[in-house]
Amino acid sequence: MTAPAEAPPAPSDDLPVRKASARKRLVPYWLLLPGILWLIVFFALPMVYQASTSVQTGSLEKGFQVTWHFQTYWDAFKEYYPQFIRSLLYAGTATLLCLLLGYPLAYLIAFKAGRWRNIVLVLVIAPFFTSFLIRTLAWKTILADGGPVVHALSTLHVLDVTSWLGWTDGNRVLATPMAVVCGLTYNFLPFMILPLYTSLERIDSRLHEAAGDLYATPATTFRKVTFPLSMPGVVSGTLLTFIPASGDYVNAELLGSTDQKMVGNVIQSQFLRVLDYPTAAALSFILMAIVLIMVTVYIRRSGTEDLV
Amino acid sequence: MPLVKWLRRNLVVLAGLATLAYLILPNVVVMVFSFNKPNGRFNYSWTRFSTDAWKDPCGVADMCGSLSLSLQIALWATIGSTALGTMIAFALVRYRFRARGAINSLIFLPMAMPEVVMAASLLTLFLNMGARLGFWTILIAHIMFCLSFVVTAVKARVMSMDPRLEEAARDLYAGPVQTFLRVTLPIASPGIAAGALLAFALSFDDFIITNFNAGSTVTFPMFVWGSAQRGTPVQINVIGTAMFVIAVVVVTAGQFIANRRKNSAKA
Repeated sequence: MTAPAEAPPAPSDDLPVRKASARKRLVPYWLLLPGILWLIVFFALPMVYQASTSVQTGSLEKGFQVTWHFQTYWDAFKEYYPQFIRSLLYAGTATLLCLLLGYPLAYLIAFKAGRWRNIVLVLVIAPFFTSFLIRTLAWKTILADGGPVVHALSTLHVLDVTSWLGWTDGNRVLATPMAVVCGLTYNFLPFMILPLYTSLERIDSRLHEAAGDLYATPATTFRKVTFPLSMPGVVSGTLLTFIPASGDYVNAELLGSTDQKMVGNVIQSQFLRVLDYPTAAALSFILMAIVLIMVTVYIRRSGTEDLV
Repeated sequence: MPLVKWLRRNLVVLAGLATLAYLILPNVVVMVFSFNKPNGRFNYSWTRFSTDAWKDPCGVADMCGSLSLSLQIALWATIGSTALGTMIAFALVRYRFRARGAINSLIFLPMAMPEVVMAASLLTLFLNMGARLGFWTILIAHIMFCLSFVVTAVKARVMSMDPRLEEAARDLYAGPVQTFLRVTLPIASPGIAAGALLAFALSFDDFIITNFNAGSTVTFPMFVWGSAQRGTPVQINVIGTAMFVIAVVVVTAGQFIANRRKNSAKA
């Protein structure tokens, strides 16, 4: 760390402090320099390269030239809009499910767990450390055709309803939209629970008592006190699940079939298999634009500007 | 109707426990199937009990190599991103300077972007530079995306620190270096540790960014991905189980130590 060498001899003495301030003013810039440089070179600059790639034409054999061919964007969107819509739909459903499933658990940890709190927290965090690909593959076993889960669901006639809705396919769960959404929900659930827990934990328990003293039922207390105060957690939790889920291609690849491809799958195969870089770059920019616009509107609407 | 009443009263707890079960279920499956003797290349259905995989966890070609590569990358990515991120966090919280807003958004953006977008753009950079994809490109990418998370974790801690403690140290004639090492760093260390732990977990488990920028280098998640197509060895579940157990032990021990320290500080 670079810092001025001389400390002022006495706090009341004004002069030495002012003398040091010229060097001191540079301290934050020295602290920022390496990290910000890293982000500029390996985050911002790549975006510029990707932008230039997206308006190139050519082929892998002949090479690519910048020809300002914006048509690629329109063509890519026209060809792959079903995948875009599916990605947003799956990610949105998974986010909603994460909120519905995660809220009770976050609430449980914050208010009801008592001395079990740390153990439950460990159980929420620990799965992070088992590679998420291994855990996603485990869902293949859980949802396997003719397995206990599928058997139970079909005995309860749940699969009849979901098949009618188009979420599942006959007596199958694997390779259907339901499997992909189930995987997405599972994978991003901790990202919902932790911010929810953090914001719930900050709530002063005396507010609950006050609500009770004023004859509010538990349901009213939740609706008027607890939930509004947990909004920062709800907002950051939904963002932390929706954004990565919208670009994910692992769940669709491992748990879905070719009918459930998301836009992430398209970008991945265009970049790494088809090697059509302009189309892949255009697709990834369209995805980025959609997500950034949705996030900005959402943050404005929910009124919490300071997220992180 | 005492049962209905009990159910209604404990609805939240029951729903929370159901979610917890949903979270833990795959880990239980991974654990159980690490004792399977599979019939064929895939370990997706139960055949019979066997401890073969546990006796020979590295018996699969290239698996433990990929595991040690992932550990190395995660270690260096943690060191790199924690060092750079801590410096940024201190600068942002402790100093007022121009371009602060721009820098805050530069930190926030990598977290507000689908991973596949960052992965693809980094690949276009490396392709344009003619860089050889492999260890170094993976490490560069991991430091980049872990950085924002470290900054956020450390910032939260530094913001809650009382600057008067450092002023007091200076009043007692501690030099800037001494103040930093003896006062600032110890108070900030839980935040830095949390950031480092997060960076390690994120880097070790990352698949999407690595998939784009690894070339023919195979990290552990890449190995698992490949095996989903070629055939999943039981040993993958052994590693998964071991990782889960180690994580539970480490995190529990960490909380135990933190609790004891808190208690002894109170006494």
